[in-house]
Amino acid sequence: MALIELVGIERVFHLGDTEVHALSKLDLVINDGEYVAIMGQSGSGKSTLLNLLGMLDSPNEGVYKLEGIDVTTLTPDEQAKIRSQRIGFVFQSFHLVPRLTAAENIALPMMLAGIPAVERARRVDKALQDFGLDKRSDHRPDQLSGGQRQRVAIARATIMQPAMILADEPTGNLDRATGEEVMHLLEGLNASGVTLLVVTHDPVLGARASRQLVMEDGKLITDKNNSASSSPTLPD
Amino acid sequence: MRGADIFRFARAAATGYPLRTGLSVLAMAIGVAAVVVLTALGDGARTYVVSQFSSLGSNLVIVLPGRSATGGFSPANAVTRTPRDLTIDDAVAVLRTPAVQRAAPLLVGTSEINFSGRLREVLVAGTTLSYFQIRGLKALQGTLLPDDDWNRALPVAVIGVKIRDEVFAGQEAVGQFIRLGGRRVRVVGVLAPSGQGVGFNADELVLVPVALSQAMFNSNTLFRILIEAKSRDHIEMAKRDVAALLKTRHSGEEDVTVITQDAVLATFDKLLVALTAAVAGIAAISLAVAGILVMNVMLVAVTQRTGEIGLLKALGARAATIRQAFLAEAAVLSIMGAVLGYGLGEFGAFAIRTFYPIFPAYPPAWAVIAAVVTSLTTGILFGLMPASRASKMNPVEALMKH
Ligand SMILES: Nc1ncnc2c1ncn2[C@@H]1O[C@H](COP(=O)(O)OP(=O)(O)OP(=O)(O)O)[C@@H](O)[C@H]1O
Ligand SMILES: [Mg+2]
Repeated sequence: MALIELVGIERVFHLGDTEVHALSKLDLVINDGEYVAIMGQSGSGKSTLLNLLGMLDSPNEGVYKLEGIDVTTLTPDEQAKIRSQRIGFVFQSFHLVPRLTAAENIALPMMLAGIPAVERARRVDKALQDFGLDKRSDHRPDQLSGGQRQRVAIARATIMQPAMILADEPTGNLDRATGEEVMHLLEGLNASGVTLLVVTHDPVLGARASRQLVMEDGKLITDKNNSASSSPTLPD
Repeated sequence: MRGADIFRFARAAATGYPLRTGLSVLAMAIGVAAVVVLTALGDGARTYVVSQFSSLGSNLVIVLPGRSATGGFSPANAVTRTPRDLTIDDAVAVLRTPAVQRAAPLLVGTSEINFSGRLREVLVAGTTLSYFQIRGLKALQGTLLPDDDWNRALPVAVIGVKIRDEVFAGQEAVGQFIRLGGRRVRVVGVLAPSGQGVGFNADELVLVPVALSQAMFNSNTLFRILIEAKSRDHIEMAKRDVAALLKTRHSGEEDVTVITQDAVLATFDKLLVALTAAVAGIAAISLAVAGILVMNVMLVAVTQRTGEIGLLKALGARAATIRQAFLAEAAVLSIMGAVLGYGLGEFGAFAIRTFYPIFPAYPPAWAVIAAVVTSLTTGILFGLMPASRASKMNPVEALMKH
């Protein structure tokens, strides 16, 4: 089933007199459980696409259906609710709240969603175990390594059990070994059924995905699906 | 987001930046403390004045020569209505009105006391025995003024305890002769210490028969007639009767003013309450200043935490949640400031009471409540703008600022 359906998406930024078409005439279908790498040169519109999919940004034109619902017509609060329940973000620069501990950062989406503290503590404990952070639960971000920070961010992105994870260059600030580790984590999540979209500059990392999208000037120029060879997901 | 979580999140945010938080809390605290201390002073002054007035005597009605200002002053009045003298006979007549328990004529002037070469300027009050009874003054040594014909000028005096200490310097005073304004007068008694009194302090007074004072100061008119009504319920009646009586005695002219102590007290009370409120209002300006500081701090917080705001939006926070979180933070600053300021203010009032024990400097409850409520409202009001700015931020742009 189609998780994401984009039809005729346009995103135009105005810089003074000039118009920048960050996304133009974009059509895209992504199915539930897919592992998609988004690649392309700097400025080709990868982040813009990801922000749009995460409803942090809206298209100037076109239709975006998420799980069959046209989300561009929803109110901001309805969009916020979908973000809270269906979407997890992972950023290049981690975006942890500096004054909160690892455990508190992981609990943040649940706190925002109004989940009771007891339930939060239970789920955070499990996440800390799963991501190998149980000895770091009381550490603040500045007391963690880059890899640990990104693991906290991934734990936070998954704590609400979202349908998809949107990762914008998640390994961009990490060395190769740590980046590898983080990608393993994300791929593990995908194996358990979460749809995974990763923006990356690294062709080696991109090649690990079952589907590669390449962008140029706001358009999709390549859409290569090698799921037949590597993905065990169901055909429909 | 749950209320408790919003509060906890806001508190963590506030304490996460100790210097900034400390400064705005301090500003708020100073404002609240100023209101608490200044109203404590104002209310203390009110309590002090009221208690001093009450010590003058109870159920008091006072007659003054001349029309009071309430009649309105006009140059015509001043020319045509030279007030008649308020005389000893007027005071005697007043005694005969049914609502009056006691009456005392009072004439006041300054003179010089001289005992074996020790000189001192003193306030001399010419009066009668009833004055001591009305004001509740007791003799420490000797007797009070004799219960004599009010028009007889016996050369005797009762002196305040402070005058005795200064002029007699440890010697026995009762029975001694002093010179008072050139007259030889025998001291018959010394007053027991009375403490402070409004108008004049009895400890520094020399009291002589009223007729003697008239001769000394060459004056026929009295300064006051003090009247004690039979009871609290008789005060108004005494006032009315005395006014009517003196009008007839002064051939129909209303040339005296009769006031009651209650009225004077009420006036002072009103005046000092207004003064306290005004002082509180001025102090409250500092609360507004503190509110502006809270706004600044919150604006800085919003700018500094732009990335965090973007993140909260990405994690599914609604605009309202973000607004509440920042408002709660402003409220937390204000609450901390109000609590600290209240503590400081109470401590200040305590210090005043310790150093000036006669001054009952207790902050009135209304002022404390007003100060705390005002600081909270200013904090939250001034927090509104930064909070709504935070909630309206574009998440994509906010996330880029990190
Ligand atoms: N807020 C904005 N205002 C104006 N132009 C923008 C804005 N955001 C993006 N753009 C422009 O849109 C285009 C696409 O930007 P985008 O950030 O999506 O690129 P990207 O593929 O993520 O690049 P990179 O690999 O460097 O992250 C760029 O030309 C960029 O300058
Ligand atoms: Mg980008």
